Amino acid sequence: MAWRDSRKSRGKLILFIASISLGIGALVGITSFRENLMREVDIQAKNLLGADLSVDGKSPLPDSLFHEFAKLSNAESREVSFASMVLFERSQATRLVEVRALEGEYPYYGEIETLPISGSKDFRTTGQKALVDEKLMLQFDVMIGDSVQVGKMSFEVVGKIQRIPGQSDVGNSVAPVVYIPMAFLEETGLLQKGSRINYTTYFQLDPAIDTTDVYAQSRDIVEAAGFDVDNVEDRKKQTGRAFRDLSSFLELIAFAALLLGCLGVSSSIYVYIKGKIQIVAVLRCMGMQARHAINIYLIQVGIFGFIGAVMGCLIGVAIHLFLPEIAKSFIPFEINPTIYWPAIAAGLVIGVVISILFGLLSLIGLRKVSPLATLRFGFESLKIQLDRPFFLIIFSILFFLYLSMYWQLKDPLNALIYLLILLASLVLLYGLAVALNWLMKRLLPIKMGFVWRQGISNLYRPNNQTVILITTLGLSTTFLAMLFFMQDLLVQRVSISGENERPNTILFDIQTDQKEALKVLTEEYDLPVLQEVPIVTMRLIEINGLNKEMAEEDTTVHFPNWAFNREYRITYRDTLIDSESIIEGRWQGQYNDSKDSLYISVSKGYAENLHLNLGDKLIFNVQGALITTYIGSFRDIDWRRIQTNFLVLFPTGVLEKAPQFHVLITRIDKNEVSARYQQAVVRQFPNISIIDLELILKTLEELLGKIAFVIQFMSVFSIGTGLIVMISAIILSKFQRMRENVLLRTIGASKAQLWKIISAEYFFLGALGAFAGLFLAIIFTSLLGYFVFEFTYVPNGVHVGSIFLLVTMMTVLIGLLNSRSIVRQSPLQILRSEI
Amino acid sequence: MPYILTVADLSKTYVSNNEALTVLSNIDFSIKKGDSVAIIGPSGSGKTTLLGLCAGLDRVTEGTITLNDIVLNTLSEDQLAQMRNQHIGFVFQNFQLIPTLTALENVMVPLELRGTKNATGPAINLLERVGLGDRKNHYPTQLSGGEQQRVAIARAFSNNPEILFADEPTGNLDAETGTYIEELLFEINREKGTTLVIVTHDLDLAKKTDQIVQLKGGKLFQGEI
Repeated sequence: MAWRDSRKSRGKLILFIASISLGIGALVGITSFRENLMREVDIQAKNLLGADLSVDGKSPLPDSLFHEFAKLSNAESREVSFASMVLFERSQATRLVEVRALEGEYPYYGEIETLPISGSKDFRTTGQKALVDEKLMLQFDVMIGDSVQVGKMSFEVVGKIQRIPGQSDVGNSVAPVVYIPMAFLEETGLLQKGSRINYTTYFQLDPAIDTTDVYAQSRDIVEAAGFDVDNVEDRKKQTGRAFRDLSSFLELIAFAALLLGCLGVSSSIYVYIKGKIQIVAVLRCMGMQARHAINIYLIQVGIFGFIGAVMGCLIGVAIHLFLPEIAKSFIPFEINPTIYWPAIAAGLVIGVVISILFGLLSLIGLRKVSPLATLRFGFESLKIQLDRPFFLIIFSILFFLYLSMYWQLKDPLNALIYLLILLASLVLLYGLAVALNWLMKRLLPIKMGFVWRQGISNLYRPNNQTVILITTLGLSTTFLAMLFFMQDLLVQRVSISGENERPNTILFDIQTDQKEALKVLTEEYDLPVLQEVPIVTMRLIEINGLNKEMAEEDTTVHFPNWAFNREYRITYRDTLIDSESIIEGRWQGQYNDSKDSLYISVSKGYAENLHLNLGDKLIFNVQGALITTYIGSFRDIDWRRIQTNFLVLFPTGVLEKAPQFHVLITRIDKNEVSARYQQAVVRQFPNISIIDLELILKTLEELLGKIAFVIQFMSVFSIGTGLIVMISAIILSKFQRMRENVLLRTIGASKAQLWKIISAEYFFLGALGAFAGLFLAIIFTSLLGYFVFEFTYVPNGVHVGSIFLLVTMMTVLIGLLNSRSIVRQSPLQILRSEI
Repeated sequence: MPYILTVADLSKTYVSNNEALTVLSNIDFSIKKGDSVAIIGPSGSGKTTLLGLCAGLDRVTEGTITLNDIVLNTLSEDQLAQMRNQHIGFVFQNFQLIPTLTALENVMVPLELRGTKNATGPAINLLERVGLGDRKNHYPTQLSGGEQQRVAIARAFSNNPEILFADEPTGNLDAETGTYIEELLFEINREKGTTLVIVTHDLDLAKKTDQIVQLKGGKLFQGEI
């Protein structure tokens, strides 16, 4: 009976199948992608580090520690890395890069992939040879065989770097890498005081040795000496964690697509079943029990759900083949996609169960269909009662969704949080949709033109599912908008605030004897010296009489690890600058009497992290000399201002004689002047590094754009499902639409008027959906900004407007495309009641 | 008195699966302005087809139809729609009200389609005329069958048509309501001087009209009713 009954209605269920298949497709695709990614992390674990163990710190590894590891290892490599300017001699272009001076055969696992392949070996042999990041070479038109100046030395470029162990393309674009042989590092003259230099030593351990053991035993000793030790397992965890965050977000989007699909299933089955009431009434007249009638349609829904799930699995397989390709720029290894069968099995189960559960919501209404409906045609409607079976189904749906979410995330709490977020969004959107729908009906002026009024009144057509449509369009819009808004938020968070005359170029690592000459050079280029700041490096030794060891043992104090471990970069001056203000205490700008207490100022955030109060005693080690200080004031600092801002500020009269380096800040308006000035600085002072903030911002935007692209790709599925629900609603209300249009045509409406009415209807539908979605997205982004980024998010009007227009126009377009056959109906049909 | 509708040598043939089916052939008749006319005949005789052709809802295969001195054969779809809006009113057996509009809004539709600025006043007058002034803000589902048909009549007269086509206007109503609707149709027809063309099975209703067009097997039939 189920099969016979479905013969004439299968076409109506195609969209139901489509919405299930898109949701399942997104879910299967993402799960398979994640499993492939994690499997690859496992397989390529050693390649991520390139060695069995690495130790890195701000100074060379002491011999004693080196020998401890060397005893267990077969081979060792050393790497010194730091930021520096390089100059490409043929084009005379300059760029801040990460210089890595390498000694040894690193990497032991995987390789530094170069073009030509021999490049990664050649640069270590005799001669001044370098490897340069491929994109950098492309950007500055550098050829193999060209020269690159690093510090005072010139190197021949012998290879383009294509891949470095454990590093993604995205990582490289932030700090493009230039490898040089360690033998020439000293001669570059770049190892001067003040440079932020990283020293890493890589070890390839004897295969018989358990690296986890060595790691566990050595970690405390190495960290106590101020170094970090990393092994394969640790690197694997770090990499896995980073990708898990991304895939979790993608899973959330996939689940949203599935939920939208569920809504589509639910509403389309409701209308489908509504059309079956007469049949059920006839069958009941003939003695069929209600549960048998329900079974007929339950079997149909299950079969079509299964078909949808199978198609979804096929889409999922296609997605998991395609995703590694679009995500490759930030994955530090290649992924070889293989089918993950558990995801496919789960997709089939989820597809069928969800179809049945959401179908049951409507099907239980058939229990109440009276055989009398055969006599009272047209007056019987599908009534869903809020009784025990209804709530049982709702509970089953929620429980099943939770189980599916848990299967995805493998974390019970996160699964619950995700599910609650999605449900809360849906409930909020549904509420908004109801409210907007109501307001629209009440508030729109009667004097509006007929076309507009008719368009609006169409929203209240029976079976039109306006509220469901606004909700689905809204949820898709929320995801799409949140992507843009998050990008806005992150860019706003890091973008430069301040006056129009804000600085945009920072020169650092300036030695004291270079300071005056650099100033002169800067002024020669007509550039302002906006700030010139001395910087002294030091370490914190004691807080209120407690040194690091004592603080660790004392359970009553809680200082973060970095408080004693970090190298402090501190300046001294007698006045405050405009990015900072005293919020507590008093600022003493000058220290005159060496017998007096020395009062310093610390930032509010620093004081909060270390639980410091005014008058607390801090002892610093300045290159061997101990200086006792007291906290005299707390400052509020606007870190987004392009100023050199400091956690700790000394008055003048204390640090003038300490070893120091300098930072100079200027503003360069023209790219051409910036290029010439940078070339002159690099030529005259090779050790000085220049940060071009415009370039950094541009790189950051590109970076976010790459990540956003992957997320947008997945969002297409939730938007696609939303649109399918919409098309489904148009088709399901086709009968009503045709009747209205033919009637209007009969009483004299032109085709143009009919098109205008349809456009107006979809315009309002799209506009309401877009409005509701944007509203929710702005709330979510603002909450995220406030609680996570501690930053007030200001919506970008252009982005808000663009998304509004995009969603509205897309809705109008899809609506019009699907209404063509409706407008074409002949008016004669109304006389014959053929519609 | 001049003729408002002239049907000359009209034939209508439908082609389906390469088979021609002639439903009307060689029909000739004319209707004077202000007259009331009944089109009668057994089921399948071509009554509704003839009404649709006369009202410009369909196109003839042969012959001509002239309505208010306009030959319908030469008009485009949109010209036909404009002509219907300006000269014709319709009343249907199953009322055909737009369910999403109130009674008042339904009556306003023809006026608004032709761009009338203030359609509310005339529409309220018409609703009051059919006795539904107090139900103007009700939706069709909130009205009985008889009330819905009265709204449909108000709508049909809202654009002051010169000719009104009614297809079995009492077919879905009980006898008492049907009689009331018939009287209402004839009253307004007389008040406004509108020509009335009714397709009906009801011989008593047909006898109240000035002229009867009788069809049998798609041809005009001159016999006893």
